[in-house]
Amino acid sequence: MTRKISFKTAINEALDLEMTRDPNVILLGEDIVGGSGAPGEADAWGGVLGVTKGLYAKHGGRLLDTPLSESAYVGAAIGAAACGMRPVAELMFIDFMGVCFDQIFNQAAKFRYMFGGKAKTPVVIRAMVGAGFRAAAQHSQMLTPLFTHIPGLKVVCPSNAYEAKGLLIQAIRDDDPVIFCEHKNLYGLECEVPEESYAIPFGEANIAREGKDVTIVSYGLTVNRALEAAERLARKDRVEAEVIDLRTLSPIDWDTVLESVESTGRLVVVDEANPRCSLASDVAAYVAQHAFGALKAAPQMVTAPHTPTPFSPSLEDLYVPSTDAIVAAVGKTIARAKAA
Amino acid sequence: MNMNITPIVMPKWGLSMSEGKLTGWLKPVGAQIAVGDEIMEVETDKIVNVVEADAAGVLRRVIGEDGVVYPVKALIGVIAGADVADEEIEAFVAGYAAPASEEGGDEDSGPRYEFVMTPFGRLRYAKRGDGAEAVVLVHGFGGDLDNWLFNIEALAGAGTVYALDLPGHGQSDKKLGDASLGWLASAVVAFMDAVGVESAHLVGHSMGGAVAGRVALDQPGRVKSLALIGSAGLGPEINGPYLDGFVAAGSRRDLKPLLEQLFDDPALVNRQLVDEVLKYKRIDGVEGALRGLAAGVFPEGRQTSVLAEELKASGIPALVIWGETDRIIPAAHASALGAGAKSETLAGAGHMVQMEKAGRVNELLLAHLSA
Repeated sequence: MTRKISFKTAINEALDLEMTRDPNVILLGEDIVGGSGAPGEADAWGGVLGVTKGLYAKHGGRLLDTPLSESAYVGAAIGAAACGMRPVAELMFIDFMGVCFDQIFNQAAKFRYMFGGKAKTPVVIRAMVGAGFRAAAQHSQMLTPLFTHIPGLKVVCPSNAYEAKGLLIQAIRDDDPVIFCEHKNLYGLECEVPEESYAIPFGEANIAREGKDVTIVSYGLTVNRALEAAERLARKDRVEAEVIDLRTLSPIDWDTVLESVESTGRLVVVDEANPRCSLASDVAAYVAQHAFGALKAAPQMVTAPHTPTPFSPSLEDLYVPSTDAIVAAVGKTIARAKAA
Repeated sequence: MNMNITPIVMPKWGLSMSEGKLTGWLKPVGAQIAVGDEIMEVETDKIVNVVEADAAGVLRRVIGEDGVVYPVKALIGVIAGADVADEEIEAFVAGYAAPASEEGGDEDSGPRYEFVMTPFGRLRYAKRGDGAEAVVLVHGFGGDLDNWLFNIEALAGAGTVYALDLPGHGQSDKKLGDASLGWLASAVVAFMDAVGVESAHLVGHSMGGAVAGRVALDQPGRVKSLALIGSAGLGPEINGPYLDGFVAAGSRRDLKPLLEQLFDDPALVNRQLVDEVLKYKRIDGVEGALRGLAAGVFPEGRQTSVLAEELKASGIPALVIWGETDRIIPAAHASALGAGAKSETLAGAGHMVQMEKAGRVNELLLAHLSA
């Protein structure tokens, strides 16, 4: 049956179901149990925001509280994966990936390729992404493009609780390293989620809303803003926007994006990452190259500015792509088309 | 209130519908309307369908605008006689308040679906109405109780209507036993036991029709009548490539063209319908259950259980309804029960005839249930 649960609960449930199904699934991370100083299981925190709460009581020693050393435990997770386990490492904030980059992009991403296709590295690295949490420049980045740049990694960024559960289950079952990006401002968002296990295949974008006038492509939190923008455009301006949730950034579902733009003729890409070499620029470039003839106006990108995330709350609110900015970008594609 | 003024409202189709989008008027203002005329098209979170007029007159006001979402029962238009004064219509529109739920309490706040434990696992069902006669609706292969979303409310006037998710389907448990019609028939009987129904009129669609027929033959005392809609069990032919494709499809791209084969008008298959089916198909165990069921009941694209002769001999009252352009099970099977059963084949409808021609199917079912 289905019931409403939060994004955070959906992540917890996916981990629980996969740990129950497959004894090779283990979790590693900082304070995912509660730290060595915690007085008992009942007091265990379950990670910095409580995502893994309750799992230690069920699965015991298969959850490993690690030292504050990302390079050590991410490396350990990758090594364990190469040896047949299915580890899920939690890295708190994606901003900390910098200290374990060699393990990720020189080792995990290369094993299958450099060992003649004979090696598998079924590791998942979960990390929180995104701004809006008043956590300043070192805890707020949307670093998805760093990982999509590297062949050999799969990169996932769900937009709601239903997607999070199914995509995390698929990530754990996948035989390649997966960077699983969870937007911290989605953790409390609830939607209908089945109790059962289900896997959402990688490389298939979700058409979150159908429309004929403009294609809005996004992923993660900003899919929800794009949907709000689409509702407003339909109500006020009679513009029907199609909203595409990429779901997985590597692999990416170009076919769905191209088919949509070929029918609408207009593209707006919404990406919370900084604009240079981002998913926004990637999608805009790909569409310009492969569907130029269909475009009625220049593609528009709605992104964070090319600056670090501000600590000032009022500036941070301006930093993340807003519904207003998406509506305005859609307006540009339409005004341009009329003028032409 | 002038009785010659009839509101056109946003319909409520199925248990979960709270709003719908008006996607287009099919009649202009001033058009003469007969009962049953298709007047507008509405898109819900499940499907697109047409709304038929339930009163005759002139379409005097068009209030709903294309592309706008309205809550259930919101006023969308007005039908009235040509002789009704404009002022009266203005007053009617101004004074219109969406009626509260017929059933006293707010039905939307109550449970939309219920669950019951049976020896065949936990089964989900919906229940409407409270009449003495029990009616059980049995969906087809890969379907669920929402296949009856245009029927369950309409039939509630005839008795207590139950629509269940068969094991392996919808939100019921996904484990199947020996994946045969007999096993599914036993599950339906177990469901009737669990909800306290001694005997019922069974309405079955597609594979659900064959399941209903199997119940009638195995437990004749439990079945008062049969209504078989686009039903399996009446002949050997079935669209094998559709079944194989449906079982294998894992993406929107693969699934949509298959679902389009279920309807006379493929445009009825919207994003939400495809999404709902994909969400079901992704659940662990579903693909295996469907594969087993297809192999057990429809091996190599043939129906192994043809019940027509046994059903004829049983003398159980039966109604057969088919969509003329059914691409899954040929409409020729509609005559398999011979002159002893009423049979009607509806134009402009495919395999999902109970959705595409819901108004007519509901009329036929109500007449059959009250016979």
